[in-house]
Parts: sequence; C-alpha cells; structure tokens
Amino acid sequence: MPYVEGLRCRECGRSYPAEALHVCEWCFGPLEVVYDYEAIRANISRARIAAGPASMWRYADLLPARAEGAVSLGAGFTPLVRADRLAAELGLRELWIKNDTLNPTGSFKDRVVSVALTKAQELGFKVAACASTGNLANSVAAHAAHAGMESIVFIPADLEAGKVVTTAVFGGRLVAVEGHYDEVNRLCAELADEHPSWAFVNVNVRTYYAEGSKTLAFETAEQLGWAAPDHVVVPVASGSQLTKVDKGFHELWSVGLLDEEPHVRISGAQAAGCSPVATAFAAGRDVVKPVKPDTIAKSLAIGNPADGPYAIDAVRRSGGGFGSVTDEEIVEGIRLLARTEGIFAETAGGVTIASLVQLVDAGVVRPDEQVVALVTGNGLKTIEAVAPHCGPTATIAPTIEAFAQAVDLPSEL
Amino acid sequence: MPVTVRIPTQLRSLAGGDASVPVTGSTVGEVLKGLEAAHPGFQDRLFDDAGKLRRFVNIFVAEEDIRFLDGLDTPVADGATVSIVPAVAGG
Repeated sequence: MPYVEGLRCRECGRSYPAEALHVCEWCFGPLEVVYDYEAIRANISRARIAAGPASMWRYADLLPARAEGAVSLGAGFTPLVRADRLAAELGLRELWIKNDTLNPTGSFKDRVVSVALTKAQELGFKVAACASTGNLANSVAAHAAHAGMESIVFIPADLEAGKVVTTAVFGGRLVAVEGHYDEVNRLCAELADEHPSWAFVNVNVRTYYAEGSKTLAFETAEQLGWAAPDHVVVPVASGSQLTKVDKGFHELWSVGLLDEEPHVRISGAQAAGCSPVATAFAAGRDVVKPVKPDTIAKSLAIGNPADGPYAIDAVRRSGGGFGSVTDEEIVEGIRLLARTEGIFAETAGGVTIASLVQLVDAGVVRPDEQVVALVTGNGLKTIEAVAPHCGPTATIAPTIEAFAQAVDLPSEL
Repeated sequence: MPVTVRIPTQLRSLAGGDASVPVTGSTVGEVLKGLEAAHPGFQDRLFDDAGKLRRFVNIFVAEEDIRFLDGLDTPVADGATVSIVPAVAGG
C-alpha cells in the first residue's frame, strides 16, 4: 500500500488518485494501479516475503491495500502440486497444478475479494456488493461476514445449488436475477451509479480487486524456487486473471525477485459454449464480439469479457494459445484430473485441464516445457456436472458374499 | 415521444449532472447524435478518432447489447431506453 502512487488508464494514460474509481472518465478504459517499483525494489526481498504470513498477504508490498488489518480468511499460498501421473498421460515432462480449490471458500476469488474488501474498508465503505457467476458470490458473502460488512450479492437465477446455498449461508442479501451473467453485470454497473456508498468489488473497486490475481503468479514462482515456469494455462472468463498472472511474473522480475528474466508463455482456456476471447484470438482480432453463453462452465460464462483484449494481447505477446472445449470435454477434464492427481475441480478446472489436453495435442504446449495449470475452483461447488457419471461401484447387502458377487476385482487386489 | 438515454456517473457532468436525458432519434446512431447536439462533449467521449465506438463503451437498447443487434443502426422505438454502460470485469 505505501507504494501506490495512483491509478492510470490503460487506454489513454490519464492519471487518477487511488480512490474508488474503475474506469477512465475520458474513454472508459480500465484503470490500473501505479506502483513505485523503485521503492519496492529497494525494500522487498525473498527473506522478507518468507517471513510473512502463509497467505497471499506475504506479497503485500506488491498489492494495493494495507496488510495490517486486511480482510482475510487466509486466502492464498495454496499448494503447487507436482502432477506426474497427469503429465505421463499427456506426454509432458513436468506439469504442476496450482491447487486453488483449497482457498477458504473454494476458489481463487478469495484472493481478489480479500484485496477488494481490504481496500473498501480503507476507503470507508460499509457495504460490499458484486455481480457473480457464483465463486465471487461465495467469497464476497464470506469475507463481508468476517469483516462485519453488509453484503449484497447478485447472481443469475439459474446458478448451481452448490453456489447459491454456499453464498446464502453467510447471511447477507442474495438477489437472484432472471437473466444470464452479462445481464446481471449490466444491472450492477447501473446500480453502482445509484448506490455510490456500496463497494461493488467488480465495479467501483475492480481496479484493486483485479490486482489480487497477481498472487497466483507470485506464489507459483516462489514455490518453483523463485523461478518462472515456461508455460501457464489459465481459465478465461473476463480475462482479468490471465492478464494479472502475466503482469505478476513481470513484476517479480522488475522488483528483483527472480534471477532470470521470465519468458512465460500464457495460454487461455475457455468453454466452447462461451469462447468470445478464444474466437477473437483464432481470428487474429483484438476486438472481442460478445456471445450468449451456453455451457456447464457457469463460472466462466461471461459473454462480454471486459479484459478480453488484454488477455489476447498477453497470449499473443507471450507465444501462447487458446483452448476451447465442449461440455463433454470439460466433464472428462474434471474426471481426468481427479483420477490421476486426486484433485476435484469445478467446471472451470475441467475447462483448464481439457484445454491443456487440446493445447498439447495442437503442439502449443510442448512436451519439454515446465507447465503450470491453474485449477481455480472446488468440484464440490458443481457436482451436477459429474454426478451423472459418478456413483457407487455397487450397492450391496452387508455380507461378504454380496460384496464378492457384486464387485469384480482384478487378481492383484 | 422521446427516447430516454441513461447516463453513467462518469459522463453526467456533460449533462448537467442528470442521470438520464430525453433525446429524439430512430436509431442508436441518431440518438447519440441527438445527445451530442443537446449536450456537446459526448461524441469525443464515446467515439474514438476514427469515429468508432470506443471498445470499453457498451450501449444497450431495452437491456440488449447493440452488438447483438445492428450496432449503431439498431432501431430505437419511441419511449425506449438507451443505456450507456462502461465495461465491467467479471466474477
């Protein structure tokens, strides 16, 4: 926080103070936090980070809110799991899973919300609000409860039960809107104008919120021994996370925490039923045409992705690619990760793994690379996706005979 | 009957602080021209130097994004609402 100089428009470069502003008043471009990297470089060190908390707040020097009194349920510093069995199935030399299913509310959204609500409290807000495809809803409701803030959360009415219940339990106001996420989002953009005393985490404090995703890159590099990987596969909804992961690796280099300049190839993962960014990338365009989402990966079902152009830029600049996978491939991706690595991901994780498979087949992800796949949400939230395929091997009477009859065991068991 | 244009906070200073402005016009393009005529300054904020809508500006007619319709040629019925909304990140 002491290193924040202000905000700047990514499009036209106009400067703003570090307040609750999210778009440039001139051109509507998104605002970015401006840091004093020279000052950070002079103070930050691997030892200082290692002495910090076992959470994302160990990187507070590179975040836009104060670590002291942060609104934190302990998000971040999740395991980076070496995935040799999945690597073997895919023909990769070295694959790691960043297991962000293990955050307090089961998704990476706890990272961005922790930053957003910490900053919201600094700015004096008492109410936290958001438009959400589910994971953000969980996280805002939980963090607001923890901080003693009111919460007002807007979700599409057709969301998975596992995301509705796990939001409502925290006791805030939960409003189900008859429409898809982009309609909820538009409503919230207009509501944010009507209620300037609410901190809408993905509207008026989005500039701070988005910075939380950088910690995925920070942790990955630290957990690899302060080295950036060759290739990272990132799920894409609005495109914000991918953009910030790319930024995170560059920041580590610019403040002197890496020995070698990172050249991380970044690839994006989308569901075929909502792939406006992948489609624009494939067509060689940087203008993202909105789509009407139709996919089981509801947490990625954003048809009008605000950071799409920047995600395309990061993928193109780094030499990555995009996966675009069907609902069937998503389910298979969830099951493949679970079967080989013991990690149960929600549908967005299925999109990431299925896209990884596709990108390996296409030669975009190469066998000799050190690859990291970001698995960002817990499978318990979307059991509907795999329920038709997963059940007991057999249901039997409690007798040895019934077991022997019902379950066909191979000889080695 | 005029069309109602909803103005986001960022642009309300151009309209004397008003959250909505009545304008006449039968397409989105005409409505936005009418807005510029009534309150000069909107043109520069909504369009880039090449005359195209800036990429982070979203326009909705009766809650539908005009990119799903006919863009600036989208017809606007009497009494309809046209909303100008900045792009918003996801969740």
